[in-house]
Amino acid sequence: MLVREIINYSSYWRSATFSSTVEPTIYLLAFGFGFGSLVSKIGGYDYVQFVGTGTVATAVLFSSAFPAMFGTFVKYQFQRTYDAILAAPVDTEELVTAEALWMATRAGIYGCVPMLVAIAFGLDPRFAMLVVPLIAFLAGLGWACFGIAVAGFAKSIENFSYIVSAVLTPLFLVAGTFFPLDRLPHWARVLAELNPLHHCVELVRHAAFGWHATDPLRVGALALFALIVWRVAIYAMQRKLVD
Amino acid sequence: MNELAIRIRGAVKRYGPITAVNGLDLAVPYGTCVGLLGPNGAGKSTTMKLLTAQAIADEGEIEVLGFALPEESKQARAECGVSPQLDNLDVTLTVEQNLLVFAHLYRVGRHERRAAIERSLEIANLKDRRDSRVDKLSGGMRRRLLIARALVHRPRLLLLDEPTVGLDPQVRQELWALIDALRAEGTTILMSTHYIEEAQRLCDTVLIVSHGRGVAAGPPAELVAEHAGREALEVYGPPDKLAETEAAARAAGFRTRRTGTSVSILGIDGAAGDVPQGERRPANLEDVFVLLTGEQID
Repeated sequence: MLVREIINYSSYWRSATFSSTVEPTIYLLAFGFGFGSLVSKIGGYDYVQFVGTGTVATAVLFSSAFPAMFGTFVKYQFQRTYDAILAAPVDTEELVTAEALWMATRAGIYGCVPMLVAIAFGLDPRFAMLVVPLIAFLAGLGWACFGIAVAGFAKSIENFSYIVSAVLTPLFLVAGTFFPLDRLPHWARVLAELNPLHHCVELVRHAAFGWHATDPLRVGALALFALIVWRVAIYAMQRKLVD
Repeated sequence: MNELAIRIRGAVKRYGPITAVNGLDLAVPYGTCVGLLGPNGAGKSTTMKLLTAQAIADEGEIEVLGFALPEESKQARAECGVSPQLDNLDVTLTVEQNLLVFAHLYRVGRHERRAAIERSLEIANLKDRRDSRVDKLSGGMRRRLLIARALVHRPRLLLLDEPTVGLDPQVRQELWALIDALRAEGTTILMSTHYIEEAQRLCDTVLIVSHGRGVAAGPPAELVAEHAGREALEVYGPPDKLAETEAAARAAGFRTRRTGTSVSILGIDGAAGDVPQGERRPANLEDVFVLLTGEQID
């Protein structure tokens, strides 16, 4: 199953790599320099470095949730790839798991791009940053499963715009990527702790600037998120693919 | 050891208010080619999906290669090849890559993979096109590739869902030759089709399916003899004359069917004396098909 993806990927890696890395980098540069000229320091960090570490989570989201939603939908609805695969001795659980692992691997790699850009702009490299691909992988696993689940429940591809506008955009904006959350009202901060993207942002930032005591909890939150959406994604696809 | 490759007893599959398969029985002995013949919507494709557990039956028992479905469907699928009705090849990959992916999915061992792919390319006569992307292939080549893909792991049972639907007659003949060659090698085949000629040429036995259940089963020639007799008489004419002929023939105890342009009076060979003017021809499977599945498409 993974092999299919890898072989297939060789045919479209250019466009996928482009959208997954260039967009977060543009965010990084636009916010980093546009906003950065107004606010040079935030929470004690250079704004470019603050955003540079934050947009790792954006890159993860863009390279996992979005391809998972659209890719999965196209593959069962238009290309019927999954029908072919399930006729082979592969079950829905293996199919969903392989798809998610593959997207998570890509997210792990793409996620590092904004940080590398930030390093180019003066962020000091640290050994702890080597775990960033792993954080990006874990977060990517959750978002990929989330995307697959959305695709499994969606009746048509138009439904995705609800999810993007009502779920992903707010989560993306209130994750602490572009501004710190500690000035927000208390309720918003509590909600932010339920946002997996926020945990990803914080973990990457702490890898770059120094670990906090609560970080293992954040890893646990990401793992729990991945586990839950993984099972939901399997349920959704099973319902979709097997009558 | 069970001598049946497929055994379905009393399968029922409902989709909301629609009952797609309604108490279907089917037996496919090893080494034979069995055809599911029926009009569109008779439940053929649903039956095929039941056999790969891509649909789960509401009632009934299904056994494939001795494995009980749906519980042991994975083991059964490992030894089945499936060519679906709707083309689901990976269009961005080449012919060879498509086969390679499925060699992995069917867990063909690393050392045998190369040879398995070569063999499949050979069977489907696609050796020259191995590096072509699938979206550059003709419809006939894509169908051949679908069958080649189903054969990459040397399955004991081949499931072909409408293998020649929508193809030109020449291309269809090419595929018939391919299927016939597999049959000659002793591969067990279950195919669904609504092309009567296809069933007549390729299948050892045929199950005629209507409204989700089998209405007749047997070798094509026996079905024809049993239900339509030896010879039929085609009577042509304007519609009112056809209606008149039909009424008269029925009154005389013959079975008749409309063909669109004529009325066929079946079993005319035994008739003595007064028969209408028309062309005699051998009875065929189409006569049986129309008799048993109804004249009208609902």
